[in-house]
Formats: sequence, structure tokens, C-alpha cells
Amino acid sequence: MTATTAAPVAASPAHNVKQPSARLRAWATRAPLLPALIFMIAVTQLPFVATLVISFFDWNALYPKAREFTGVDNYQQVLTDADLRHSVWTTILLTVAVVLVSLVLGLALALLLDRKFPGRGVVRTLLIAPFLVVPVAAALLWKHVLYNPEYGLLNGLLHYVGGPQPDWISNTPLLAVEASLVWQWTPFMMLILLAGLQSRDHQQMEAARVDGASNWQIFVYLTLPHLRRYLELGALLGSIYIVQNFDAVFTITSGGLGTANLPYTVYQSFYQAHENGLASAAGVLVVIGSLIIATFALRVVSSLFREEVSRA
Amino acid sequence: MRTQSRRRPRVTLAMAAAGTLLAPLLSGCWVGAGGSGSGGDSVNVLMVNNPQMVELQKLTAAHFTKETGIRVNFTVLPENDVRDKISQDFANQAGQYDVATLSNYEIPIYARNGWLHEMNSYVAKDPSYDEKDVLKPMRQSLTGDDGKLYGQPFYGESSFLMYRKDVFAAKGLKMPAHPTWDQVADLAAKADGAKSGMKGICLRGLPGWGEIMAPLTTVVNTFGGTWFDKDWKARLTDPAFEKATKFYVGLVRAHGESGAPQSGFAECLNNLTQGKVAMWYDATSAAGSLEADKSPVKGRIGYAPAPVEKTESSGWLYTWAWGIQKASHNTDKAWKFVSWASSKGYEQLVGDTSGWSNVPAGKRASTYENPDYRAEAGAFQEMTREAIENTRPNDPGVQPRPAPGIQFVGIPEFTDLGTKVSQEISAAIAGRQSVESALKKSQKLAEQISEEYEGR
Repeated sequence: MTATTAAPVAASPAHNVKQPSARLRAWATRAPLLPALIFMIAVTQLPFVATLVISFFDWNALYPKAREFTGVDNYQQVLTDADLRHSVWTTILLTVAVVLVSLVLGLALALLLDRKFPGRGVVRTLLIAPFLVVPVAAALLWKHVLYNPEYGLLNGLLHYVGGPQPDWISNTPLLAVEASLVWQWTPFMMLILLAGLQSRDHQQMEAARVDGASNWQIFVYLTLPHLRRYLELGALLGSIYIVQNFDAVFTITSGGLGTANLPYTVYQSFYQAHENGLASAAGVLVVIGSLIIATFALRVVSSLFREEVSRA
Repeated sequence: MRTQSRRRPRVTLAMAAAGTLLAPLLSGCWVGAGGSGSGGDSVNVLMVNNPQMVELQKLTAAHFTKETGIRVNFTVLPENDVRDKISQDFANQAGQYDVATLSNYEIPIYARNGWLHEMNSYVAKDPSYDEKDVLKPMRQSLTGDDGKLYGQPFYGESSFLMYRKDVFAAKGLKMPAHPTWDQVADLAAKADGAKSGMKGICLRGLPGWGEIMAPLTTVVNTFGGTWFDKDWKARLTDPAFEKATKFYVGLVRAHGESGAPQSGFAECLNNLTQGKVAMWYDATSAAGSLEADKSPVKGRIGYAPAPVEKTESSGWLYTWAWGIQKASHNTDKAWKFVSWASSKGYEQLVGDTSGWSNVPAGKRASTYENPDYRAEAGAFQEMTREAIENTRPNDPGVQPRPAPGIQFVGIPEFTDLGTKVSQEISAAIAGRQSVESALKKSQKLAEQISEEYEGR
């Protein structure tokens, strides 16, 4: 901050004598930024531009001679393909269900953790653990250790008490994927909401209690309004990540039984169909979708920061 | 780590896209660099990270480089990544890699595109390589449309039926020497429940062209069905295809493993090893794991040929083979490496240094005559050899085919078509739709390919 304000001041006497020197100085102050900027552009923007260009070509990797410009054909195909439309719908269902359920569960856990009890630190660490497991490892764990009807834990326990032996993934494929994601994302929501709970104004709480408000009234009229921002933040960050989820679908069902979401379908058209153009077009559409969500997310985050600053 | 793996589809896509776009621009540099770098005394090899390849990497410097003075630079990647990288480098004829591992699905396709160097001239000049020793179906499946050889196998496999000898003996069941699928279905019904929690048979149900479609297509072949007839008409709703699919789906649903729609090779291997199934129809390479020292079913497994109906044999054929890039400036040295890695001498070397069960087998007749190998792999080696030798990669069914391949159709579109169809069949196994409706949808997908190929 000081550097940028100091530069024009220092430059002002020179400004009258010789003009290029000011520009030179401005460049000199910017110069140290340039390598990082160029690197950023090279590794993030150029590939995206390449993807954009490829998305306008009919290009199958195994037919190198038949590569040609087709305009918006790929986009048309992506938007009219029934499989792809279905995968968009699956993505929405998956994201909404996972975000809502993990928010509710996360809120419940955060409220419990907000109380003081012996061993709270240990319990908190244990609860956070699922979020720290590598996504693909978590998916494998659910597929083999829990769901497997032959040697999985769920059916093992049911067998022990003489219950039925359902085939979890085949009977309820989307629910099975959702459950594994909820397990992973509940701790994330819990952490955000716990931070929200702990930033409550305790004097306000005490005042409410003195005025004779019940626990339920305090929760509904004080805690929930206070948590609104945190709930929004959790929902938006969660959505951004779960829209892109690939590991759970790929591992648990391989996209079968109607669980293929958008990232999985893009993967399939790139790796299995070798349709570079089509996959790029679908990828660009996913980026646009994520951008729309991210814009909202950033707005919420910045309003949250503004609120914190004004409160401080 | 977290963000990275969550964003994988998009990031890989963008990176790969950049790679393909830049490759033509950079190919000039690579060829130039090749002149000085790999043109000297080194060969660049791109290969899949299977255990046999990793073993090869370990042995190369101390043996191949020592004998010939040729340095070998290996790039080793997982299967999906290696396919992607190979198709980029070879499609652009960038010449960065001289040699790459390709399967018998890709070799004829790559040969048709003119991406591979033919090998007939080398084989003719190199009697010590003894190409005649390579099993005939292997040679056929690595031959291009023009009749020339474009690959040399490193190791290969077919499919056969594995069953629990002890369970069969206890129930008084007998496996015929050449079982039919009807007999197998009958045996599966009788063996179902032979022990508590034991199912009759394990068959793959996991979606994927290389998962469920491999065994199912061999069943379709022997029931007299085909994906396409010789004029490229899609035949997925023909009575024979439908009968075969109904048989397969019905058998899995009635006497197959639990969780069938998620069961692939790895899950079935687990099921048989853990005593959850009495039979398993899958790759011959599975036998190595079943007979491994720590396996609880070691010595209790019997082996029978792939069950048949209307054909003499029905096993599939799969091999990882070496292909030499046409744009390579180093083909002579590349051949020296290929002929060393696929030679009898290399098998002997692996047998001596790390045991005969680790030998990249399934490609040479002489392997199965080696007394050391026979002693180590006695239980299944004869059946494996028979299975591979009996395959007919260009004529696996009862009618002429438009493209090579037993458990696949040798066209670039098959990976996508096979995977989409496999998802429909997998849903039928889960009981979410009928076989008829699964095949009707699949037929529509296949007809799109018919339209492109008809009259070509």
C-alpha cells in the first residue's frame, strides 16, 4: 500500500521534466508481479482458451484426419443429448440433497459441540475426520467396507441380528452415493456453523434468558438469524464442490443405474468416446455453471466479511 | 490435494486439451530433440504401470543396456493416462516415444491410421527372436488390415471357467471337460447354497466396456449373436443377442453373487477367494492370484474351458503388446528393445530372478513347454494355453464380422458404445429395467454407428 502511494509522490517532480520516466517507474513497481502473472496466465488461462477453441471442432482423437470446424454443433449436441440432460438433472438432485442433509446434520452436531462437556476436543476431532479422508478413499470405503452385500459392515450387522440382506447400491444407487457424500460433507458444514455459533454475543443470550425466553425461542429468534450468513456460506461452498464431485460416482457405481453426473459424463466422453470437441464443450458448460454459482458464493462471502468488519 | 482431486475432470480436460493443441506446434522441437537425444544410444518407452512392466523396468538397465549399450528411458503411467498420452503422441506423430504398450484392441486401429511401424521386416531379419513361437491367435490379433504385423505381445490372457473342486466333490457335482452354458447354469443352481452364504457363480455386472461387456460379449458370440453383421447393421435386438443377454442376466440374478451390478474383476476375485461363490467365469490371469501362496483357496480350484453353446470355443483374447511409432527415428534400436522384452530369454531371466509365477506368459508356445514354468503353474497352465490357442480373434462367432475382436468390436467408437450399453445391462441386472428395454435402447445407440459405417 505504501509503495503504490509513495511512487506517484516521488515521481511528481520528475513528471514535469520528463514524462517517460513516470511510466518507467510505474512499470518498475509492477515488474516483480509479472513473472507470477505470466505463470498464472500460462497455466490457467491458456488451457481454458485451448478448451474453448477445441469445443468448436468436431474432433475424435482416433480419427485425426477428420478434424474440422463445426461452430456451435458440439454445444447443440450437448444440450440436446438425453443422457447429458439426465446427467445435469442427476447433478442437481445430488447437489441439493447432499447440501441440505449435511447442513441439517452439521447444524445438529454443531449445536451439540457448542456445549461444554468433558472430552469435547476428542469428539470434535473424531467428527472432523471424515472430511480429511481423501475423496476416492472414502468412496472405496463406502463401496467395499460398508455397502458390500457379501462382506460389508451394514449387512454383517443385519446378519448378526437376523435381519434382511439388502443390496444397498443396486436398490437405491443415488441414495447410496448421496449417503457417502453426506458423511464427508457434514463435518465441513459443522465446522462453519460451529464458528458461527461461537461468534454469538453471549451478553445478548444472557439478556434474552433474563427476559424469560425459552431455549427454543432463543434458537429461533437469536441463533438462527445470526447463523443465516454461515448457513448460506456453507450451502454455496458445498454446492460448488459437490457439483464437481467425480470420485464417489466413479467409484461406487461407475456411472451405472442412473447415477452419472455431469463431471462423470464429461470424463466418459473424453476418455471413452475420445470426443475431444464434445468433451470440451461440456467442460465449458460446467465451468459456466460453476461460475454462476461461484459469483453468488463470492457475493455472500464478501457481504459476510463486510458484516464482520462493521461489527468489529 | 483436496481441491485438486475434486476438480479433476475439469482440470485434466483443460490440461489435456492444451496438450493436444500445443502438440503439433511442439512436435518440431521434439523431432529435433529426438535427433540428438533419443537418436543416439537411447530409446523412449511409454508403458502402462502393470506389475509385469514394472518388473521389466527394474531388469532393463542391468541386462538390456549392459548387453547392447542402448539406454531405455521409461515413462510409466496408469492405464487411462497411458491410453490418453499414447493417442496424443501417436495421433500427431510427434515421435516423442519410440515404443508404447498397446492392447490388441488398439493395434489394428492405430495401424489403419498409419501410426505404427510394421514389424514383418524385422521379424524376417531376426531368426533368434523366433516369431513362429508366438501363439497364432496373438499374431492374428496384432495384424493390421494390410496383413502386416504391427505389434509384438508382452503377455496375454484368455477367459475360462474356475470352480471349487472341493465344493463340487462334496455336493457330488461333476464339471464336464467341455461344459456348455446350459450345463453351467444347471451346476450353478445346484451349487447355490452348498455352503452357508455361498452363491452358484460369479459373473461381472459392473458397467464398463472392459468389465461386464467382455464376458457378456463372449456369451453372445457363442449363442450365435453379434453386435454388427458384416454390412455393419446393428444386431442387438436379434433373437440370439437377446437370448444370450437374458441368459446372462437371468443366471446372475438367480444364482449369481450379491451386489452383481457393482462387481467387476476385483470383486469376483474377492468372492471366490473368500468362498462366497462356487464358480467364476473370467480372465485366465486370475488363476495366478487364486493359486498364490497366501490364497485360502490355493489348490482347491479346478479349471475348465470357457462354456460354449453354438461355437467350438468362446474364450476372449487380450494382450498388452509393443508398438513402434512410425515417426520414430530410432526404429532399429526400438526393435532391439521390443525383441528383447518379448523374447524367450527375457522370460527365462524373470523366472531365474523373481520366480516363474511372475513370468509375462500367455504369448509363446515354448513357455508352456518349460519344465520350471509347468512345475510352478501346473494347475492352470495347460488350460490357459488351450484357451488362448483356441481363440479366433477375427471370427469368434457363427457369422462373418466387419471388424476384428472377440470381447470387443475393433472400431474406435466401441469404447463409448460398449460403456453406454453396459450401463443399460447393469441396470437390467439390478432389476431396474427389463432386458428387452435395455437392448432396445442399446440398439438405438449402435444404429448411430451403423449409419456412419454403412457403405464405407
